[in-house]
Amino acid sequence: MPVVDRQEWDVVVVGAGGAGLRAAIEARERGARTAVICKSLFGKAHTVMAEGGIAAAMGNANEHDTWQVHFRDTMRGGKFLNQWRMAELHAQEAPDRVWELETWGALFDRTKDGRISQRNFGGHEYPRLAHVGDRTGLELIRTLQQKIVALQQEDHRETGDYESRLKVFQECTVTRILKTGPDGGSATEDRVGGVFAYDRETGRFFVLEAPAVVLATGGIGKSFKVTSNSWEYTGDGHALALLAGAPLLNMEFVQFHPTGMVWPPSVKGILVTESVRGDGGVLRDSGGRRFMFDYVPDVFKEKYAESEEEADRWYEDPDHNRRPPELLPRDEVARAINAEVKAGRGSPHGGVFLDVSTRMPAEVIRRRLPSMYHQFKELADVDITAEAMEVGPTCHYVMGGIAVESDTAAARGVPGLFAAGEVAGGMHGSNRLGGNSLSDLLVFGRRAGGHAAGYALDPARRRPQVAESQVNAASAEALRPFSAETEGEAGPPENPYTIHQELQQTMNDLVGIIRREGEMEQALHRLAELRVRARRAGVEGHRQFNPGWHLALDLRNMLLVSECVARAALERTESRGGHTREDHPAMDRAWRNVNLLCTLAGPAAALAAGDPARGQIRLTRETTDPIRPDLLALFEKEELVKYLAEEELYE
Amino acid sequence: MATGTEPQQNSGGVRSGARAAITAPHLRTDRWWLAPAVTAAGLFAFVVYSTWRAFANAHYYAAPYVSPFYSPCLADNCRPMHAGPNANLFGGWWGLSPAIIILIFPLGFRLTCYYYRKAYYRSFWASPPACAVAEPHRTYTGETRFPLILQNVHRYFFYAALLVAGVLTYDTVLAFRDTHYRWGHMGLGTLVFLANIALIWAYTISCHSCRHIVGGKLKHFSRHPVRYRAWQFVGRLNARHMQLAWASLLSVALADFYVYLVASGVFDDPRFF
Amino acid sequence: MSSYEARFKVWRGDVRGGGLEDFSVEVNDGEVVLDIVHRLQATQAPDLAVRWNCKAGKCGSCSAEINGRPRLMCMTRMSVFDRADTITVTPLRGFPVVRDLVTDVGFNYQKAREVPAFVPPAGLGPGEYRMMQEDVDRSQEFRKCIECFLCQDTCHVVRDHEENKTAFAGPRFLMRVAELDMHPLDAAAGTGVDRARAAQDEHGLGYCNITKCCTEVCPEGIRITDNALIPLKERAVDRKYDPLVWLGSKIRRRTP
Repeated sequence: MPVVDRQEWDVVVVGAGGAGLRAAIEARERGARTAVICKSLFGKAHTVMAEGGIAAAMGNANEHDTWQVHFRDTMRGGKFLNQWRMAELHAQEAPDRVWELETWGALFDRTKDGRISQRNFGGHEYPRLAHVGDRTGLELIRTLQQKIVALQQEDHRETGDYESRLKVFQECTVTRILKTGPDGGSATEDRVGGVFAYDRETGRFFVLEAPAVVLATGGIGKSFKVTSNSWEYTGDGHALALLAGAPLLNMEFVQFHPTGMVWPPSVKGILVTESVRGDGGVLRDSGGRRFMFDYVPDVFKEKYAESEEEADRWYEDPDHNRRPPELLPRDEVARAINAEVKAGRGSPHGGVFLDVSTRMPAEVIRRRLPSMYHQFKELADVDITAEAMEVGPTCHYVMGGIAVESDTAAARGVPGLFAAGEVAGGMHGSNRLGGNSLSDLLVFGRRAGGHAAGYALDPARRRPQVAESQVNAASAEALRPFSAETEGEAGPPENPYTIHQELQQTMNDLVGIIRREGEMEQALHRLAELRVRARRAGVEGHRQFNPGWHLALDLRNMLLVSECVARAALERTESRGGHTREDHPAMDRAWRNVNLLCTLAGPAAALAAGDPARGQIRLTRETTDPIRPDLLALFEKEELVKYLAEEELYE
Repeated sequence: MATGTEPQQNSGGVRSGARAAITAPHLRTDRWWLAPAVTAAGLFAFVVYSTWRAFANAHYYAAPYVSPFYSPCLADNCRPMHAGPNANLFGGWWGLSPAIIILIFPLGFRLTCYYYRKAYYRSFWASPPACAVAEPHRTYTGETRFPLILQNVHRYFFYAALLVAGVLTYDTVLAFRDTHYRWGHMGLGTLVFLANIALIWAYTISCHSCRHIVGGKLKHFSRHPVRYRAWQFVGRLNARHMQLAWASLLSVALADFYVYLVASGVFDDPRFF
Repeated sequence: MSSYEARFKVWRGDVRGGGLEDFSVEVNDGEVVLDIVHRLQATQAPDLAVRWNCKAGKCGSCSAEINGRPRLMCMTRMSVFDRADTITVTPLRGFPVVRDLVTDVGFNYQKAREVPAFVPPAGLGPGEYRMMQEDVDRSQEFRKCIECFLCQDTCHVVRDHEENKTAFAGPRFLMRVAELDMHPLDAAAGTGVDRARAAQDEHGLGYCNITKCCTEVCPEGIRITDNALIPLKERAVDRKYDPLVWLGSKIRRRTP
């Protein structure tokens, strides 16, 4: 086994999207030597795809907006399954996180009096999303990236080295979180010791030893066929946490964004931002009817317009009219589109029509939605100022994730492990509101970075020791795909691309937007088969920038995460937010306070050795903490009745 | 000429050590040479024409029209033009064509113009001949040294160009006379002059230096609403700077040629009234 | 839906050498060059190295040269080519190659570090910033940049003259200087940083001969030359080459 290079850091952040970079900035500012590892180039993270904006109750557009209103919207959107403490912290801290970005050079769109302009979005009672045209995610990433460069310049002035206190390892992938085992530190310790990673460019392995690791790897969308997510979204952080012994929370909740492009096939899944609807775009069936009026669920009846006239008035006069049903939370809209297509009223390529062309002058469309105009023109050759877009649901976001402590973002059960952003679970409950992801990244990225630094720098704790045997095991696991042919197992080597495609098809068809018990059982069987075959996934060539090898390694993560989604979805016999069961179509108040936790069934090391056909995930139920009374008091009793069980109400 | 240069083996370019090993200086399959070739041909034609006309020292005045190449006319050897742009600043010692004195300014303005710089750097100097097409020069220092660092004086030529445009405007006003200097008449030449002066102004005002001076240098537009609007106006014109540069080049040559034709008696200026 | 077989030449190799390799590959309606490269990976060349990410023209990862022109592979529709054409895809030729279509773009990250960061104004806390839309418009245009580095690749100053890489920041980072110089609240001047002067003295603005290739290749349609580089040149002239402006500022400073 070759000697693997080791470096010592205080905090290692895995992922360089919004949450990862915010965590790194915080950790470095609190004095921790911080390393960031990301699979892409620095500044290319999937956060750049976020278009709509950052939700924060700054009250610039409507002075009635406060954190309490934001909290309420978030809980409603999540169907009261949210970790309420996270939703509370999020709503309280989001404005500060946005304002802070301005002090780092961000340039948001402005109001007439020079404040940050805020726009309407689905599920938000007031215009709340700080934005920059429809490229808010890019602005966020660039601002954080430039702040990191600013900190590096500071370090350079002091130490002569840009990377002395904050370094970005770009195009590197972490395959294991290393722990201080019984043979490492003291016999009783079982905490984080660092990460094992490889450099994608050279294929070289290396170890970053650190007492604290922040996971900020984003989502799992690449397990689904139609997705808005990039190749990076292979559920790495979810799998790393599982393998390190941390539980995942409520993995059944996967958000299908209602409006992804459906044509041409090569762009299928790419997002059409919700601001198209926030700015006046409407959904129509093949007959030109605005069908969303038929799909307003009872819990939202009072909040949404009943006629087209009232809905249209709302854009000009939101105080005296109710909002159009196109702006219902994403899960509702996605289900409605799905139902329309199923009923045979869809567009030629299996979506519905999203129309702005008849609602705004071409010039206004080009000004307000420049990158959408650009995207359809360049990618689909459709002029959205002249014709309607064809859209349909696309896998967009996973609400489930690593179970964390609300205040500290510390992963449960693994000291030294933290998680923030999409990879962390709980904040969004069963369904995330648009705009809440960017604010989530900032609020909990900062918290995770701060607490990780505090943990790592605690003088009472000695630096962790990582045993050579762990490193060797991790290298062997990473090298497996190169020797798949020679191992003489049953069957020929498999093409990792084929396995990946079959996995995506399975998840899309059997654990997709509408779920049925039988299909999910079938999915679990297929996943077991795929796991067997994935062990034989072999690759050609060498370790230098070899995408086949990278995919073969990512398959482990996608298979683990997919099993979590399928098992949890099978278990939850109700429909709520991002989890819709055809056989249990109603929301069940009894499930309101039930969390489903996924943990690894066997010891992590046994993953490679055990019988791959046996499930790898064990599921447990957990009752959530009751919502704090002062927070419950923010809601009307009549509303709470719809969500909370009797005994919760009268406690 | 741009199209004919075979790039030499340069040590530091696309064929240098660590770059992808591709020997071709470029892999473009489109007619990338067309634009620089047309530019070069156009500029070359103008240079030939204007050199001939500037040195000709003849046929530049046909009442009431004075060729824009000879206006203002600043030497003793100028033809007296009735109420025309004569200003004998140079006196009798100047023996060459008086056009040369004044043409320095529009020439300097266009030579240092940000658009023309692009045009001749690409087409005459092949630096680069087209995007992603290797240039033939072994070293390159751009506008960091003498003489090209002098391009930075563009704004002074802009000020001069404003004055020249002012004189040409005066000439255009004079074109509303007949051959006997009576006011209130128009001929075909008047229209040629009107078109020319409009394009000259549009080109001059659309200058990047002008855009900077009227407002571009400001940090806060919101505190200078008038300059902000001026900047926006110039900006809109500036987006057409290339087109205006060519259109005004053509129109100034045409205006001169028109005067030449009338002055040399090829035809008489058709009078409208 | 119609499909056809297209002929491709893809550069394969690494820093030690390489060459164009021929492929024949299926193309379907509505596809872009990146789709074809992915199909090559999945069916014929599993270890073909390519950098990509969002596949929607927003992250700027999949920069390459297609038929000799710097472009994003995800934004180059196959329908722009004739079906009989052979399409040549090479890595960016302005940067060192790593493998196949992947290049080492470290030059850009190094240059990013050399531009002094935004300096927040003293005395204004978070939430107290007031900026007018017309004052942020200019810098916002530059912040549309997705850092695909196509402009850095195509700029002949460094593409054709490796030795200029130390002195020249390239269009992307000169634009960054312009962005900060036009930021309504940047307080760098108060810390002794004169951005326009530095553009000329430290970031090599003088090397730019405004031949506009950066603007031509920009997938975001940012008018880099007209809106960033030339205004920056004019600002540098104010500081360094215009005696009247220099005199004016002297006089103004004396009478506050």
